[in-house]
Amino acid sequence: MSDASNAALLDVRDVSKAFGTVEVLRAVSLEVKRGEVVTIIGPSGSGKTTLLRCVNFLESYDSGSIRIDGKEVGYRDAGTRQRRSERDLAAMRAETGMVFQSFNLFPHLTAAGNIMLGLRKVRGKSEAEARKIAEHWLGRVGLAHKADSLPAELSGGQQQRVGIARAVAMEPKILLLDEITSALDPELVGEVLAVVRSLAEDGMTMLMVTHEMAFARDASSRIVFMADGGVSAVGPPAEILATEASNERLRSFLARFRASHF
Amino acid sequence: MGYTLNFNLIWRHFDKLWGGLLLSLELAVISIAIGIVIGLVLAVWYVSAGRVVRSIIAAYVEFIRNVPLILLVYLVFYGLPTVVDIAYSAPTSFVATLSLYSGAYLVEVFRSGLEAVPRGQLDAGKAIGLTPWQRLIHVRLPTMLRITLPALSNTFLSLFKDTSVASVISVPELTYGAQWINFNTFRIVEVYLVTTAMYLLTGYVLLFALRLVERRFRAAR
Repeated sequence: MSDASNAALLDVRDVSKAFGTVEVLRAVSLEVKRGEVVTIIGPSGSGKTTLLRCVNFLESYDSGSIRIDGKEVGYRDAGTRQRRSERDLAAMRAETGMVFQSFNLFPHLTAAGNIMLGLRKVRGKSEAEARKIAEHWLGRVGLAHKADSLPAELSGGQQQRVGIARAVAMEPKILLLDEITSALDPELVGEVLAVVRSLAEDGMTMLMVTHEMAFARDASSRIVFMADGGVSAVGPPAEILATEASNERLRSFLARFRASHF
Repeated sequence: MGYTLNFNLIWRHFDKLWGGLLLSLELAVISIAIGIVIGLVLAVWYVSAGRVVRSIIAAYVEFIRNVPLILLVYLVFYGLPTVVDIAYSAPTSFVATLSLYSGAYLVEVFRSGLEAVPRGQLDAGKAIGLTPWQRLIHVRLPTMLRITLPALSNTFLSLFKDTSVASVISVPELTYGAQWINFNTFRIVEVYLVTTAMYLLTGYVLLFALRLVERRFRAAR
């Protein structure tokens, strides 16, 4: 029992990926344990988003392995590099939730409809059941009154909260958050982060890419600093975000970051 | 100018025009319906297929788009039965031709619509675990439809007008009815005035109906 809970839920091992001749991921390894919130920071172009997209196989990777709950992602097993069938991939992706920078709500469906689609088609729930679950999660993100609104009728912050509800309603094993506040006006960032914080308090396992350093510091169990496609530093927030960090790259990233954000 | 307009003969034979208009609409509706199926299937196939299939579909589209409709109508009605052992009535032959014709145009409309669906929406569909087929039905097609509706309305309208070409193989649609009255009464100005008005009016009604549909969908964007 303690064995299972100590083993990493997400295990990324030596994952490399190139777009043509550009190496975007170089032998990246990281672990996320059940209930942990791990934040990836780093300069743009460092491969953060690509890594996140590899975890639910929105991107393929060239070598290495990614396992969720012991199960190889994307490929049948690490040795053969044989891509899983589309049906397998779909079933596997249903176990990971993802929230996107640009929300990516389905524009023709209401807030509730966005959440219900996966519940109905992937989880096989009845209309009434799906609706109940959708309403529950909309309530959790403070949008119970917007169930029947279309995405175009919602503010960015509201859309993103629906995006979060859509992902968590599927009861994923792990939630992937890809710069989910980057497209929001500053005054709307808080409402979205509050939702993420409450999910973390519930024990939701999360892997997130963010530029919100204050949030990363407060909410993360660990912070991963990526640079040039590789993991440059990993550690608890206090250690990584310390101004006197020993890692040269990290120090200059944080210095530049502070200069531009404060 | 010694010509005085006299519509009496036109009204006497108005059933030719009215019946013709109904047949025009019928030809258009059936052909467009078949064309939509052809267009959708080929467009979906195109965006997910390899290079060979793509070039075959592109060749079909290019062929149809670069040959005048009237020539296609002659080819299918007179040409095909002399080469292959098939027989069909003029209306059937025309419906087949206009279906292939509209199919080619609609492939283009649907293909560009499918390609215009934001990548992020497809990613979102993948991320919640939808299979490729489910993503197509529940994510890609609904958005594609919204994007292509204005172009679709225009295509439908021009296909309705294209039914007039059926007159060259004696399908008794509206233009054929007009010709018949002209040959039998010599009231050329009157009959074509009335016929023009009928095309115009029908076109407006169609356009109005299509715009209503568009607005309904746009409101739901």
